[in-house]
Amino acid sequence: MRFMAENLGARRGEELLFRDISFSLSDGEALLVTGPNGSGKSTLLRVVAGLLYAETGSVAAEGYERAAEACHYLGHRNAMKRELTVEENLDFWRDFMGGGEGAVSATEAAEAVGLGGITHLPFGYLSAGQQRRMAMAKLLVVQRPVWLLDEPTAALDAASDAMFGKLCQDFQARGGIIVAATHQPLGLKAPQSLVMKGFEYVD
Amino acid sequence: MTALFLRDIKLAIRAGGGALIGVLFFMTVVAVIPFGVGPDLNLLSRIGPAILWIGALLSALLGLDRLFQAEREDGSLDLLLMQENPLVLTVFVKCLAHWVANGLPLVIASPVLGLFMNMNEVAIGATLITLLVGSPALTFIGAAGAAVAVSLPRGGLLVSILVLPLAIPVLIFGVSATYAAVEDPAPFLPPFMILTAITLLFAVIGPFAASMALKSSSD
Amino acid sequence: MTENTLSFSWLTDLANPTRFIALVNRVLPWLGAITAILFAVGLYLSFTTEGDYQQGLTVRIMYIHVPAAWLSMMCYSVMAIAALGTLVWRHPLADVAAKTAAPLGAAFTFLALVTGSLWGKPMWGTWWVWDARLTSVFILFLMYLGLIAFNRAMDDPLRAARVSAVMILIGFVNIPIIKFSVEWWNTLHQPASVMRLDGPTIDPEFLRPLFVMALAFTMLFFTLHFMAIRTEIWRRRIANMRRLAARKASREVQR
Repeated sequence: MRFMAENLGARRGEELLFRDISFSLSDGEALLVTGPNGSGKSTLLRVVAGLLYAETGSVAAEGYERAAEACHYLGHRNAMKRELTVEENLDFWRDFMGGGEGAVSATEAAEAVGLGGITHLPFGYLSAGQQRRMAMAKLLVVQRPVWLLDEPTAALDAASDAMFGKLCQDFQARGGIIVAATHQPLGLKAPQSLVMKGFEYVD
Repeated sequence: MTALFLRDIKLAIRAGGGALIGVLFFMTVVAVIPFGVGPDLNLLSRIGPAILWIGALLSALLGLDRLFQAEREDGSLDLLLMQENPLVLTVFVKCLAHWVANGLPLVIASPVLGLFMNMNEVAIGATLITLLVGSPALTFIGAAGAAVAVSLPRGGLLVSILVLPLAIPVLIFGVSATYAAVEDPAPFLPPFMILTAITLLFAVIGPFAASMALKSSSD
Repeated sequence: MTENTLSFSWLTDLANPTRFIALVNRVLPWLGAITAILFAVGLYLSFTTEGDYQQGLTVRIMYIHVPAAWLSMMCYSVMAIAALGTLVWRHPLADVAAKTAAPLGAAFTFLALVTGSLWGKPMWGTWWVWDARLTSVFILFLMYLGLIAFNRAMDDPLRAARVSAVMILIGFVNIPIIKFSVEWWNTLHQPASVMRLDGPTIDPEFLRPLFVMALAFTMLFFTLHFMAIRTEIWRRRIANMRRLAARKASREVQR
């Protein structure tokens, strides 16, 4: 499938944050979005995820009515409930988002992020890094062709970094598409690069 | 959708959930009324249904602000918004779960409080039924307010201010149906039917408005 | 070693949760047996003594109602002492005691309210009147429920303990004020009849089973309270072990 964006532009208040951003990705390809703080990386990802209105342009995913439905979005926050156990959290998203073919069980997903055996614990018991990794496990319990990752490894140590890099590469090898905004190298395979420059003023 | 319903119920019941607090607030509000108006049992039994309704209204609004705010704080709201299931349905299910966890206990607690108000059996039964039918309307219309105030800090009070005026029709017909059941000449059914109609209408309007508000609240 | 430190040693022994659990394990069967015997005797006496000629059978409700009401107040006193223990002596078991006493207190208060209501229906012709005594007990019930809700809402038991200890003490200071103001507000109830300076006014016929039942209820409270403390200690240990398990899991990954 193809995942495309054409002439995307977004505004924050009166300022135009970015404009004319286009990309086109097909199976197994990745896009690495870099740039200084405040240059609009997160905003771009949220526009692509359909969470913010695009000022101009559009996003499309082949075979989907709304591009957002093809995407996994891993934002700054983990989207997991502290009061529920890890397994309940993962199972909920699996049921709610409709697992799909190739999705693994909560236990297997936890194994994959190196945290097997603690899925029975409440999510709130885990450390910040563990919580982040369990949020990554969420990417595995539901099958989506596109991953949108916003600073996915910000709170992680080197070992977990490498683990996540491998996760991404496996996903690419299965034909997955990744759009990632990050400062750190993620270990993506042959990513296209997009450098955000920062504020531009409306003329 | 069942998964969402069950998750929300679980969250409400687990430690820190709001299910118990709503009932407790209801009891406290109703319990302080006699200190204000005096312990005259005849007076209390006369104003009892109205007090129960007002108490239930306030308690129903109490936990509503967390309906979407909790989801927003941990990022779950983003994912809920992105799915292909219609957002209106998602909101509707969330309202339903919220009502079962927070509204239904109020309805169940109301007969006990009715005894405190020295209400007779008919009045207690009528209050129970009108609350059962009317309280979902409060949740549905409250959801719209909760969605509007989702991104605001200290949204809780604002939700109450936004929603209370909208809930007035529910209060009017709920209380008048109850009194109609107690006092003979007034017929019970017309106000009760209107109350039912309001609930059904709000079950459509509330989630619809809430989903519109949520879509544009994202930042 | 001075005598002073010796006399305190059993207190510090108690402070150790493991020792405490061992003690509870040893004492519980005895406590349970005593409670059962007292209840057997008390209930037997309650049902064999003659009924009041005015109230008939309903007077027997008193044998449940009065002890429950008495315990509802004693339980709060126990909580207040435990709260002092938390704040002043920092006794490690005090907060467990305070936390576990709240549901018990609520249960006994609830029992007192329900039996009072059942008693009131034939006596006054209504389930509930807003007289001073009933109302105070009802407010006490609400305070218990508030404390339970607060303990449930707090994540960290240690932080919750100190804050709820403050709340318990505020409540304890407030109880006489509440009682006084409610009495000022309205008095319909019969004046206190058991504890009076000129001796009890009710017949010794009633007093004997009442006394046994009060004792039985008190023992029941202590039995349940010890069990609840033990359960709470176990629950906290499980929570700790789970946190430990979470920490261990990440260490294995880094290896």
